Amino acid sequence: MAFQLDSKVPEGPLKEKWTNHRFNMKLVNPANKRKFKVLVVGSGLAGASAAASLAELGYHVECFCFQDSPRRAHSIAAQGGINAAKNYPNDGDSVWRLFYDTVKGGDYRAREANVYRLAEVANNIIDQCVAQGVPFAREYGGMLDNRSFGGAQVSRTFYARGQTGQQLLLGAYQALERQIGKGTVRMHVRSEMLDVVKKDGRAVGIISRDLVTGEMKRFSGDAVLLCTGGYGNVFYLSTNAMGSNVTAAYRAYKRGAGFANPCYTQIHPTCIPVSSEHQSKLTLMSESLRNDGRVWVPKQKDDQRAPNDIPEDERDYYLERRYPSFGNLVPRDVASRAAKERCDAGYGVGATGYAVFLDFAAAIERVGEDVIRARYGNLFQMYEKITGENPYKVPMRIYPASHYTMGGLWVDYNLMTTVPGLFALGEANFSDHGANRLGASALMQGLSDGYFVAPYTVGSYLAEEVPLDGSGAVATDDPAFDQVEQEVQGRIDRLLSVGGKKSVESFHKRLGQIVWDQCGMGRSREGLEQALRDIPKLREEFWKEVFVPGSAGEFNPEVEKAGRVADFLEFAEVLCEDALAREESCGGHFREEHQTPEGEALRDDEHFAHAAVWEYKGDDVRPELSKEQLTFENVKLTTRSYK
Amino acid sequence: MSIGTTLKSSIGAKALMAVTGIILVLFVIGHMLGNLQVYLGADALNAYAAKLQSLGPLLWVIRLVLLGTFLAHIIAAIRVVKLNRAARPVAYHQQKDQATTFAARTMWVSGVLILLFAIYHVLHLTVGVVDPAGTYGALDSEGRHDVYGMVIAGFQHWPTTAIYTVAMVVLCLHVSHGASSMLQTLGLRRPGNASGFDKVGPALAIFLLIGNLSMPLSILAGLVG
Amino acid sequence: MKLTLHVWRQAGPQDRGRMEMLQVDGITSDMSFLEMLDKANEDLIHDGKEPVAFDHDCREGICGTCSMVIDGVAHGPQEGTTTCQLHMRAFKDGDSIHIEPFRSRAFPVIKDLVVDRGSFDRIIAAGGYVSVNTGSAQDANNLPVRKKDADMAMDAAACIGCGACVASCPNGSAMLFVAAKMGHLAHLPQGQAERKERALSMVAQMDAEGFGACSNHYECEAVCPKEIPATFIGSMNREFLKSSLCPDS
Repeated sequence: MAFQLDSKVPEGPLKEKWTNHRFNMKLVNPANKRKFKVLVVGSGLAGASAAASLAELGYHVECFCFQDSPRRAHSIAAQGGINAAKNYPNDGDSVWRLFYDTVKGGDYRAREANVYRLAEVANNIIDQCVAQGVPFAREYGGMLDNRSFGGAQVSRTFYARGQTGQQLLLGAYQALERQIGKGTVRMHVRSEMLDVVKKDGRAVGIISRDLVTGEMKRFSGDAVLLCTGGYGNVFYLSTNAMGSNVTAAYRAYKRGAGFANPCYTQIHPTCIPVSSEHQSKLTLMSESLRNDGRVWVPKQKDDQRAPNDIPEDERDYYLERRYPSFGNLVPRDVASRAAKERCDAGYGVGATGYAVFLDFAAAIERVGEDVIRARYGNLFQMYEKITGENPYKVPMRIYPASHYTMGGLWVDYNLMTTVPGLFALGEANFSDHGANRLGASALMQGLSDGYFVAPYTVGSYLAEEVPLDGSGAVATDDPAFDQVEQEVQGRIDRLLSVGGKKSVESFHKRLGQIVWDQCGMGRSREGLEQALRDIPKLREEFWKEVFVPGSAGEFNPEVEKAGRVADFLEFAEVLCEDALAREESCGGHFREEHQTPEGEALRDDEHFAHAAVWEYKGDDVRPELSKEQLTFENVKLTTRSYK
Repeated sequence: MSIGTTLKSSIGAKALMAVTGIILVLFVIGHMLGNLQVYLGADALNAYAAKLQSLGPLLWVIRLVLLGTFLAHIIAAIRVVKLNRAARPVAYHQQKDQATTFAARTMWVSGVLILLFAIYHVLHLTVGVVDPAGTYGALDSEGRHDVYGMVIAGFQHWPTTAIYTVAMVVLCLHVSHGASSMLQTLGLRRPGNASGFDKVGPALAIFLLIGNLSMPLSILAGLVG
Repeated sequence: MKLTLHVWRQAGPQDRGRMEMLQVDGITSDMSFLEMLDKANEDLIHDGKEPVAFDHDCREGICGTCSMVIDGVAHGPQEGTTTCQLHMRAFKDGDSIHIEPFRSRAFPVIKDLVVDRGSFDRIIAAGGYVSVNTGSAQDANNLPVRKKDADMAMDAAACIGCGACVASCPNGSAMLFVAAKMGHLAHLPQGQAERKERALSMVAQMDAEGFGACSNHYECEAVCPKEIPATFIGSMNREFLKSSLCPDS
């Protein structure tokens, strides 16, 4: 049976929804909070902020991360900044404009009410982070500095050099460590959640594997929060950390949580291009570089001259040419596709022909090398370390790479999935970015969910659904736990017993190639159908020929990887199914069949203004599609134009 | 919170080393300046020695303070060395230093050698137990201890001069790291003064080395005495 | 290029461990150091042997997970660079490379090159934060911060908690790590209320974890991938001495 998707968006005018909802939600009285236990999986911006905030309120919290410390979650790698409509620069910003930009940037595929709430609490996030001691950049007068970012015409991005994600995560991490020190949060590091345990339809716990000893562990809780990030590593090469994976979200999907819009993947336009087949990951250069860098390719195909030898009139500044009003600051999806278009047409540069130039010569001439160094010094240094080239002298070479996934577990306004008691926060959910995320919005959403939304909505769930007398608690020796643990253990045993010859990594690479080719920046019916034939074959080969060395009862990174890749091999099919079903182009999803004569994305609001939610129906069975119709009462759907 | 908290901590142990180090360095400087009066002739040096002797009980107070400082410096050093050894139970197969100096790496060796030398030095010129020249206890024409004669005779004996030379090199090695280090340990080193402060130790060491070695070497060469 | 690796292998915390020699071929100069190890591991897996365990995650020099001593230097020969950012163009064909874990009593080896750095988390939990609950903050611009102070705080806050300072210190001291967090918060007005308690509790935890004492070798500063200066240790010493000697002033 298909999902009954109730978004639970509160009644009333947009501006009052969250305020009213907070008032209408049930509260747990302070003395009763300590009777509840909340499991928080993941310790990035969403996880750490939720765990810390819930513990501050008085709940018992257990927090899990697969890294060796909560401080290492991949939120740390976000460079550019975090948006908020503080309007400190007095350039006409407002909560409404941030809301509007985000809905428009997301190509009208996000839920209005969620986005408005996000824009509303963004200001509180900045206040909270400053109070924690996050060292945001300051002006000489001591006030916070702002910079502009893609997809917006105001300066609303707060930043801490090129390490904004790091500083925000450390703020949340320190708040979390403070609670750990107080004993209100029990932290489990090197601990990977491998399944959700349900009883009577409710999420009541998780099974995790202790990555040091290999031991299976059971944890019961009154609510489970998945703050486990995105699935960008389905492409193998991405800017995600090596350990980032879909397992937690995918396991939840297999236990009944709907997976929404998996085809909305973001390909970030400014990454360092692939250099060889041994490449294990791609490195992002912050989007903020586009504030001062100009993107171009030679006007002549296969131009082999050194970039500095190509005269000005033989350069094609294609973003400025195509989008005169936004120029180099068009949103990510537009910039990425434009780069792909030029390279596919044969104008690409570098050894592979899959790169474009990002040139700072004009900016250096305008403001001087010192100013550019102050703004982007660490990024330039990073570029030079990786490529061995000096970007102050030679234009950078960049190419788009998988970076963020807007799709994720479907959640209602309260961030609860289709499984009662199972919540999804941050990149792991689908809620706020629609089909494309604007720069400096990921940090905003992770922290909004963790600091300011979940602490209310989780409490409301507990107050309404979980009996205070403890009769709702499920002991870890309950048969529900026995069964799930057996299944998890059985799967690991199967992986170890295949005894083939091929490494896990080699399968991941091949999967990535299929998904990148057929479901990357450009997608077509033909390609997707091909992928849907290739992926099951590859999966079959995996289960026959993979070799996982060592045993399960020890520290064994290959076992961890094998489980994650096995899940990607299944999940990739859901991703391609969704891309195939969405017969339109919107945001990060570009169907080659649906474009304007100028090559711009062609949306079909009449048939596709919905969130596509996929339901697991069994292995090797096509998942079932349900739709949450998106209604736009406050913004008018227009064709995005950055011209 | 009290001085006990301070001393119990690793930073406190280092601070104790630094504070006692300052006292010892000041002593070494004062000691050298006093001794340099050897260049002014027998009368000046013997008068200076007699004046020190005439301090009576105060001299003993000074001696006890110095001894206590020295002991505290040693105890703090033993604690820190033990702490640091325990902190790395398994050694590296290969370790390449990037910034540290020979002096910093050998502080405890130079420290032990300085302790041995200090004992020898006291036995030689203060107590006279070691007296190869046989001049300890002689009086000058005014009935004062003939320190000048003792020093001249002592350093004309080349093995003694050799021992003092080696000891001064070791002492200065110790001071070259220690004197800069104490500024950092006591929290005085800041971004603005760091490079200057890092030169304090080596500069002081060279100053002490020249001053202290000039005496035995010029005596051995026959330029003084 | 072809390389000879001497890698530390240790089955678990109880194992004594030993150096093991591996040959790896087909390495190109544009590969990162970890991609070189990936290749060595692929070869081991292909031969049915157990790969070398090492910690890594973001591979872009910010998460602080990678942790190895390469040819006697934490994070290898390139200044201001984490292991994952080190590229093979720093080596040449035929080189022998020694790879060891970060060694410290407070970083026990879990397996091969993987160590447990939980001691760092416990030091932060002891006081490396500003005690502010969610929701109680005033408007961010109500608290002006001198740009110079904000920049200093950011210099210190750049620490990625990798532990190279401990690994490189002849004394196994963690003072650069602790000083960086203390320095970050001490330079901001938000950090003032708990400044003294923070200095005392973080140092007490650092000592309890079994780290050595700083004797000013400045090896930490030389290998720090974020180039955090050791002057922060000087400031920490001052903070601690002031806080412990004059807690009420």
